[in-house]
Amino acid sequence: SRPRSSLRVLSDAQHSGLTLPTVSHYRLFPKALGRLVAALGVRELHLALTQGFWRTRYWGQPPLQAPAGAELWVWFQPTVTDVDKAWKELSNILSGIFCASLNFIDSTNTVIPTASFKPLGLANGTDHHLLRYAVLPREVVCTENLTPWKKLLPCGSKAGLAVLLKAERLFHSSYHSQAVHIRPICRDASCLAVSWELRQTLTVVFDFFSSGQGKKDWSLFKMFSRTLTDTCPLASQSKVYVDISPKNKEKELLEVSPAPTSVHEAIVQGDKKTYAVYDLLSPSLFNTSRSLNVQLKWKRPQDTEMPIPTLHAQRYVGGYGLQTGEICTLIYNTHPYRAFPVILLETVPWYLRLYVHTLTIITKGKENKPSYIHYQPAQDRRRPHLLEMLIQLPANSVTKITIQFERALLKWTEYPPDPNHGFYVGSSVLSALVPSVTAMKDMDVEQSPLFASLFPSSDGSSYFVRLYTEPLLVNLPTPDFSMPYNVICLTCTVVAVCYGSFYNLLTRTFHVEEPSRGGLAKRLANVIRKLRGVPPL
Amino acid sequence: MAVVFGPGSVPGDLPRPLPFRDVQEMEISVNLRTSVTSRYEMRFRSTTAQEEAALAAATAREADAALHPLQNTALGSLTMYVLPETSSLLPQGTNVYVGKHRSALVRAGGSLAALQARLREVTQVMSFTASSIAAALSDRVPDGQLSPDARRYLKSSLGYEITFSLLNPDPKSHTVDWDIEGAVNRYVKPVLDKLSLVANFSVDSQILYYAVLGVTPRYDKESSSFLLSAHSLPHVINPVEARLGSSAASLYPVLNFLLYVPEHSHSPLYIQDKDGAPVSTNAFHSPRWGGIMVYNVEAPASPQASLPLHVDVDMARVMEVFLAQLRLLFGLSQEEVPPEFLLESPGNEGLADWELDHLLWAHTVENIATVSTTLTSLAQLLDKIGNIVIKDDVASEVYRAVASVQSAVTELSLGHLHGAFQASKEAVTSSERAFFDPSLLHLLYFPDDQKFAIYIPLFLPMAVPILLSLAKIVRETRLRKKEPTKMD
Repeated sequence: SRPRSSLRVLSDAQHSGLTLPTVSHYRLFPKALGRLVAALGVRELHLALTQGFWRTRYWGQPPLQAPAGAELWVWFQPTVTDVDKAWKELSNILSGIFCASLNFIDSTNTVIPTASFKPLGLANGTDHHLLRYAVLPREVVCTENLTPWKKLLPCGSKAGLAVLLKAERLFHSSYHSQAVHIRPICRDASCLAVSWELRQTLTVVFDFFSSGQGKKDWSLFKMFSRTLTDTCPLASQSKVYVDISPKNKEKELLEVSPAPTSVHEAIVQGDKKTYAVYDLLSPSLFNTSRSLNVQLKWKRPQDTEMPIPTLHAQRYVGGYGLQTGEICTLIYNTHPYRAFPVILLETVPWYLRLYVHTLTIITKGKENKPSYIHYQPAQDRRRPHLLEMLIQLPANSVTKITIQFERALLKWTEYPPDPNHGFYVGSSVLSALVPSVTAMKDMDVEQSPLFASLFPSSDGSSYFVRLYTEPLLVNLPTPDFSMPYNVICLTCTVVAVCYGSFYNLLTRTFHVEEPSRGGLAKRLANVIRKLRGVPPL
Repeated sequence: MAVVFGPGSVPGDLPRPLPFRDVQEMEISVNLRTSVTSRYEMRFRSTTAQEEAALAAATAREADAALHPLQNTALGSLTMYVLPETSSLLPQGTNVYVGKHRSALVRAGGSLAALQARLREVTQVMSFTASSIAAALSDRVPDGQLSPDARRYLKSSLGYEITFSLLNPDPKSHTVDWDIEGAVNRYVKPVLDKLSLVANFSVDSQILYYAVLGVTPRYDKESSSFLLSAHSLPHVINPVEARLGSSAASLYPVLNFLLYVPEHSHSPLYIQDKDGAPVSTNAFHSPRWGGIMVYNVEAPASPQASLPLHVDVDMARVMEVFLAQLRLLFGLSQEEVPPEFLLESPGNEGLADWELDHLLWAHTVENIATVSTTLTSLAQLLDKIGNIVIKDDVASEVYRAVASVQSAVTELSLGHLHGAFQASKEAVTSSERAFFDPSLLHLLYFPDDQKFAIYIPLFLPMAVPILLSLAKIVRETRLRKKEPTKMD
């Protein structure tokens, strides 16, 4: 497999607000987030900051994908009366906590999806008016976002797996995504009390094939320039999983060192996987050497590709010129014999005027009618387009969805800095229950936090996948911003020149000219003669 | 203020027969332009039969408890009971007993003048002094004249957030447990309930791991302990501060109380004062910020004891220190009390009624000063930018602030402390809302000098012929002056 490291840190805390409404005591849960959740009536919060794009086609199904830029979706409590105000306040505070430009979230990029995002924790109702979703595709994620994220961990970056997270290595990668998920969960099996769960995930893709002279071998030290020395004393579990799944029935293609504590087999997202597990809490691991540097070596050079995932998608802008264009989305279902439905959520800014009558969905040369469609047209400068569709994908098919748009003209103050770079259109979201190729057993799923997905799995025959397509970059007709100043300069100069000559004409007195002292040549000659000491002409 | 004379305590040189009224005024000057006038309205009367019975109690504390239902309980009012010189109610050597509520027992002290002087001292302890007013108006006091204590007090605010943080820099060696919820309910809540008149309080707590102090303590061989000297304490807070978590969800000032359990390799840890003696509470406070207490873990009996050590924090000891620091930060220290005074301990509530009044007087004055500063700077902003747009809601907030300040001042001069404080709070809210209105951002307005810069391409070429012809006129007038002499 492509050297891919996926690391998740899980912390769980109890939050008590029972005795006094204004008192709250935090043990592991970070106070900054806890206060936010309590003060603004948040039921569920999902924030992801991502740099780069997850190439599903080549890298396989992501554990938890996020769109490029910043993504925030929040479910509020039913007690919140003014959800828009709470949403605005929340995004402002989060932008302070995570040093991100989340304060640019406003009504022009916020949508209320009806079907794509369901609460992932305990929830009584799913009234989607309590949901807000926004993506900022322009957001650049860097060190200043990672530091506050690390600060939320109970041990910070002082101990445990988090010592590996050095910013200068993490951002030299093909994909970097950090996320915070807060949701209410059952405190125990009987579910009489509710706890808040904070899940922090970090996904990084290192590409050693291109940076490491064609070798795919990797080690922890090579990736992070650190090794693991201890665990966070507060952790109840601290494990490193390495995917060593054999491919094409060929075994022993790769080897890991040192010897793993155990080997774990599980069915993840419809595929049977084998993991080498290093349990950092087991005392035997640090007996031989003081630090753990997991290494993976390929026994012989091989270039087997990842199997193509069952569901993947592609999106691009078509058309030419600066007036009209077309958004094309291609959705692939590579399952050999099973069809399944997928929910597509498309959010398009208001300055691209969508023409819904041009919406065409074509599968295998025939028109494919969506079974559910929800469209909310945009209002200029107030809200974006929202298009949600439930589309049936036949087995082994490609579905092409196209919709045409017209580019609007913006006011000159509405252009962002560097407008010729283009305008981003956020990723569209695909949510689907994908039938698995291998039958899954429910038991496997719950065993470790890595596999206990955020998403509920309905039954053994299918699993939930949420994919994001590429963000789009669209060029809008851009005015010449220096034009007003040029016009001012030009007109002013013309006016001044006219004024000058009129003024001269009106104020000058005219005389009959007396014979002059001579031309320029004569005066020059006189100067030279004077220098030579010869009397002037 | 009511002055009640008990039997046998009426001084001989009273100007008028009881009961009568008297007004005393005193001016406290803060700076050249600001002064505060304090005005005491005194009602002199003799005791009623019920009060006499109450004063016959065995101890001062019992008398105070019995007198409480008979008093005027309005905020800001005081009742003084004058006792005969020979009364056995007060212990030997004390002349004044200040009760839990709004009353005091005062020994007559012979002449009226001596009594007046004593009463003035009592009222200053129980309501306000020149220095407490100066502290409230510290922004306006010239730098040199302010006592160092005045800088310690928290600024008046509509609310405060109190955060208790347990710092455990070494979770490998110590697992620390603290029953903060119980301690807050038992010790902090009664105090805050009482203070709820002054402001809104919210309390929370957190545990921070791997949070270290910014200073490496010095090892002392003699006592085999680690020492933090007083001059290194200012550097202790900075690295911790970054971990405390900002109060993103509200704008109120935060009071931090940190309990620091030193690392295993650095314990026991003691704080030294300026003279090198260890501080008995092992705690210190930082003005307007909060307090830090170092909580040493007893070394295990056997060195082989397995780590981590389990530590249960003795919350009574910790909260005693934190509550004392809280009182200090609110300016409720009793350092200025003259020696012949005896103060009743406020008991479980941690705060006597008159101390609350003390706080309210200071905060009311401070609020009024804040509002006047805010409105003045708003007016200055408007003077600077002529074309700024004042929306109707901003204007109405300004009007409301001015009206509230005026009513606060009136109420204050009438001695209605509660009404004055409420009005001053409203004035602060309105004035801040007006001042921080997003439409009043001065960056929104285009400065005039930049407008001029844009039109330079017009003005400059137009100026050239005008200037040239001016120069020509000057030259010609000079020539014309010379010409007549030439003609001659």
